[in-house]
Amino acid sequence: MAQLGSFTLDDLKEVMRACAGVTESVDLDSDIADVTFEDLGYDSLAVLEMAAKLQNHLGVVIPDDVAEQLPTPRALAEYVNVRLAA
Amino acid sequence: MSRHAVITGIGVTAPNGLGTEAYWAATLEGRSGIGPISRFDPAGYPVRVAGEVSDFTAAEHVPSRLIPQTDNWTHLGLTAAAWALDDAGADPAAFPEYEMAVVTASSSGGTEFGQREIERLWTKGPSWVGAYQSIAWFYAATTGQISIRHGMRGSCGVVCAEQAGALDAVGQARQLIRTGTRLVVTGGADASLCPYGLTAQYSSGRLSQGDDPGRAYLPFDVGAAGYVPGEGGAMLVVENAADAHARAAPVIYGEIAGYAATFDPRPGSGREPGLRRAMELALADAGLAAGGVDVVFADAAGVPELDLQEATAIRAVFGPDGVPVTAPKTMTGRLYAGGAALDLAGALLAIRDGVIPPTAGVTELAPGCDLDLVRGAAREARVGTAMVVARGYGGFNAAIVVTKTD
Repeated sequence: MAQLGSFTLDDLKEVMRACAGVTESVDLDSDIADVTFEDLGYDSLAVLEMAAKLQNHLGVVIPDDVAEQLPTPRALAEYVNVRLAA
Repeated sequence: MSRHAVITGIGVTAPNGLGTEAYWAATLEGRSGIGPISRFDPAGYPVRVAGEVSDFTAAEHVPSRLIPQTDNWTHLGLTAAAWALDDAGADPAAFPEYEMAVVTASSSGGTEFGQREIERLWTKGPSWVGAYQSIAWFYAATTGQISIRHGMRGSCGVVCAEQAGALDAVGQARQLIRTGTRLVVTGGADASLCPYGLTAQYSSGRLSQGDDPGRAYLPFDVGAAGYVPGEGGAMLVVENAADAHARAAPVIYGEIAGYAATFDPRPGSGREPGLRRAMELALADAGLAAGGVDVVFADAAGVPELDLQEATAIRAVFGPDGVPVTAPKTMTGRLYAGGAALDLAGALLAIRDGVIPPTAGVTELAPGCDLDLVRGAAREARVGTAMVVARGYGGFNAAIVVTKTD
């Protein structure tokens, strides 16, 4: 996960679990970095909820229209890391 | 080919029992689920006693994905719906999705969820209000989540008529069955025992301020002084009789033989409330005379004026001591949208087992309320037909007649 910088995929998984739960058929502990949120069972409302939580806890601003353009956990984590580093 | 709506599944989440058989056993034994409010410290509130579903853990019954998205009231409704489908032996995957529907009642919506979000709003600011508030609070949330979870895409809806709502929902379910829907999940639930929800309910002036759980809610009694609020409810599976037989449904609890709803005249008009008419219309709809009813599950407001109105209406329809009357909700509190659904479940179980559950706590009937109220212990009786009566705050009245099927 080092390539993702200080905000890791595990950190993101924690946020996913906390604010939107986990679909019964999905194992978040498997390699899901490039699986789309949609395939993981997270709809647009779930992504907005995650973005708001990241914004509140990390101070990283993720506008709603940007959040909708981040299709996978890797994309969202990378977006957060770039802003954290800035 | 006339279509008959029959009930093939029951799921119960009640303060005195989680699951149909747990609820029924407690109810027949007169075991109450009413106690001091534990969800928050009620010391500063005028209402301190309620019927909480205290042994319910959402994570054990609701998919984890849904828990953060939905209110406790929806957790209870989803659980009851899944149990009702199990009870009916009905696998939704085996039915065409557009031929299944969901019609539930809701009275408060997701107030506990809403209270949490409002607290975030005033303590931390708008960006802390969760996105799920938009779908968790509103009345149709439980209907929608049941529909999504089980893939039921027929004509779905929600009825908001306070305590009368679940009977209206079941009436609508019967209508859907008659017009071709194969299976309907119906009933109601409510769970609004948070400070915000309770404060809203208190504005009706009908809530009991009693602290003794055994004496706080005494409908038809000389000591009646309001009702105890509760949470939970029941969901039912309704199908067309011929289809249920064709798929060899494990149980057919009874038929929805009659249903009617009326509305009260405006306050102060001096005209008779609409309750008697609702009962008479439901009987007429069932094609039955009053003498054909073996038990009435009363609305049992616990407010002296409303108790007298109901007793007067029952006596007018059935004659003095003309029918056994009971109010097992004395062991749960009034569950609002869940209340009449739970009574309907009780009525169907009374038919199944030939026993009328008791009314708890009531010792001395108020003048004018001299009904044949089943008290002290359950009463064995042949129950072929039961009527459930409900009134919702704001003028709603509804009655349903269910009959044994062979």
